[in-house]
Amino acid sequence: MSTLQMTSGTEKSTTIPMIKLGTFLLMLPLLLWLFLLIILPHLDLLTVSLREKLGYREYAFSLQNYIEFFTEPLYWNTFVRTAVMSIVATAITLIVGFPVSYYIAKVIKGKKRNLLFMMCLIPFWVSELVRTFGWMILLRESGVISNFLQWTGLVDGPVELLYTDATLMVGLVYTSMLFMVVPLVSVLDTLDDSLIEAGYDLGGSTYSILREIVIPHAMPGIASGCIVVFMLTLGNYLTPTLLGGKDSLWFTEQIYNQFITRFNWESGSAFGFLLLFLSSVIVFVGLKLSRQTLADTVK
Amino acid sequence: MSNQLDLECRQLVKSFGKFTAVDNVSLEIPKGSFFSILGPSGCGKTTLLRMLAGFIEPSAGDIVIKGQSMLGVPPNKRPVNMVFQHLALFPMMNVAENIAYGLKRRKLPQAEIDKKVADVLERVSLPDAGPKDVTQLSGGQRQRIAIARSLVLEPAVLLLDEPLGALDLKLREHMKVELKQLQHEVGTTFVYITHDQSEALVMSDNVAVMNEGRFEQVGSPQDLYYNPQTAFVAGFVGDSNRWSGRVDSLDNGKALVSLDDGGAIAGISGNDRVLNVGDRVELFVRPEAITIERDSSAQTGTHIEDGQNTLSGIVENLLFDGANSRAQVRDQQTGHQVTVSLPQTGAFSDLKSGEQIRLSWGVDKARAYVSQAGVGKEQAA
Repeated sequence: MSTLQMTSGTEKSTTIPMIKLGTFLLMLPLLLWLFLLIILPHLDLLTVSLREKLGYREYAFSLQNYIEFFTEPLYWNTFVRTAVMSIVATAITLIVGFPVSYYIAKVIKGKKRNLLFMMCLIPFWVSELVRTFGWMILLRESGVISNFLQWTGLVDGPVELLYTDATLMVGLVYTSMLFMVVPLVSVLDTLDDSLIEAGYDLGGSTYSILREIVIPHAMPGIASGCIVVFMLTLGNYLTPTLLGGKDSLWFTEQIYNQFITRFNWESGSAFGFLLLFLSSVIVFVGLKLSRQTLADTVK
Repeated sequence: MSNQLDLECRQLVKSFGKFTAVDNVSLEIPKGSFFSILGPSGCGKTTLLRMLAGFIEPSAGDIVIKGQSMLGVPPNKRPVNMVFQHLALFPMMNVAENIAYGLKRRKLPQAEIDKKVADVLERVSLPDAGPKDVTQLSGGQRQRIAIARSLVLEPAVLLLDEPLGALDLKLREHMKVELKQLQHEVGTTFVYITHDQSEALVMSDNVAVMNEGRFEQVGSPQDLYYNPQTAFVAGFVGDSNRWSGRVDSLDNGKALVSLDDGGAIAGISGNDRVLNVGDRVELFVRPEAITIERDSSAQTGTHIEDGQNTLSGIVENLLFDGANSRAQVRDQQTGHQVTVSLPQTGAFSDLKSGEQIRLSWGVDKARAYVSQAGVGKEQAA
């Protein structure tokens, strides 16, 4: 009897750390990824951004890189412009994506619904680079649309549709669409049809039902879609460079220039941190304004 | 005449492709009455209700509410409101906002909205529930809020789509009484659909029994119970002994039916149809219409004398259920089985399996319906 108790006792004492070890091992890839690829580089960037190069291998602690950002209008303007353009792009993506998602989630049923959803998804099987070049083929001076306009006689000479803010916006919205549609479809799926019917039954118009029933219900999906789209747009490098051209003035291009062209790692790191700070602040303000919490958006 | 009717349907038809969900239904509901549509699932009652609410357009026929045709009128413009099966309270609003939703759409001044909300909450005896969240309420309370949300708009007709289905038995029994009382107080016409015959019988002034898209019979609960016009109604409303057999002989409207599982019973035609010798019939006898006596004689079997069917048999099973207890009795000779209600006086509370008893019931309590496909439908109102 006592031996039995002994063994069960030892078993107990060994199984508890075993479970912990198992959990730890399962979490290890995630922890390594977070630590090695996110936290460590950021810590390094932070230290790099907070130093000044005095001479060969001679560095001193300084806020010079940040001061430079605020005193140089080009950096500052690019920063604000990137933020504003990203917010506008997110808003347009939401306005375009919401009806699409509503149609997929609520109006259409069965096979057609899956087909439509697939059609949103399929362009993303192709790399972003190829998709962006696709837009360039359409929009450039010697491109499809320019030639078509000349053929119909609407314009006399070739038209350049690339390298404008509008083109840039089209590209950004197109790139982000899926990331808005997916969370919206899944949140609208959970909206009980009878709530919409009850709204009509009680005398509600389409607009009031949308405003008071559908949108409040979809708010977590709207928030998470907007966060993802905003982050992707703010950090997008390819689309602004290719569709916006030299004048696109995207903040990621500034960071790239600091690191690669000017080989100024200190300033590049500072810009990177400012971008991180900017996106965090805007997301925080957005969540506060829409009365959502970060936890709601990942439900 | 038509201005006293709150709701009228004329030859209403709805088909989905080849399937006809609602087949030529006409009904007239007088002002202030409680009307139930009773039928098994899939009989088309939900489709009918959704047509009344305006979510489905009828394929043919007309819906007239307070003398106005509702064809082409969208649900938000109809003077009807619906209580949904799962209530469909808006989870993003509190109780008061839920009730105020419809009033706000009518652009009433806020003070009037507040007053009406308070009044209706009082009426459903939840005066303090206003600021609560919908999720904080119990099932029965949510029920009442859903009804209040519709009633506050003072509709001509309130449609209820099996709203008691999700409640547990005790609460359902309680809500039945409460709902009937509420309807009586407010005087609004209620159209209630259900598959639960007890809900329909307890609450309604009039009940329509629906089957396969048609109305089998429309009448008062008493009428449906004691005077069913079709085999379907006789079988669906209340419990019955049901036998099939063939008419052997006729005597002054009384038919002697020989049953498929042995024995013979005398009965009358359940509806206007005249029975003929050789007709296949369905025979129904209610368990409580049968008188039960202890029988010490050795004789068993079925006899018909003095307008009474009698049967001596052995108690096979006792199904005790309080006031609703029954016994299953089998005639040893013919092997045919009868379910009989035990008297509620408790006189037979000591009855045991295996005892021999004598059953008797009037010939007029055994109602026969010609069982021929489509016959029942001729009686549809």
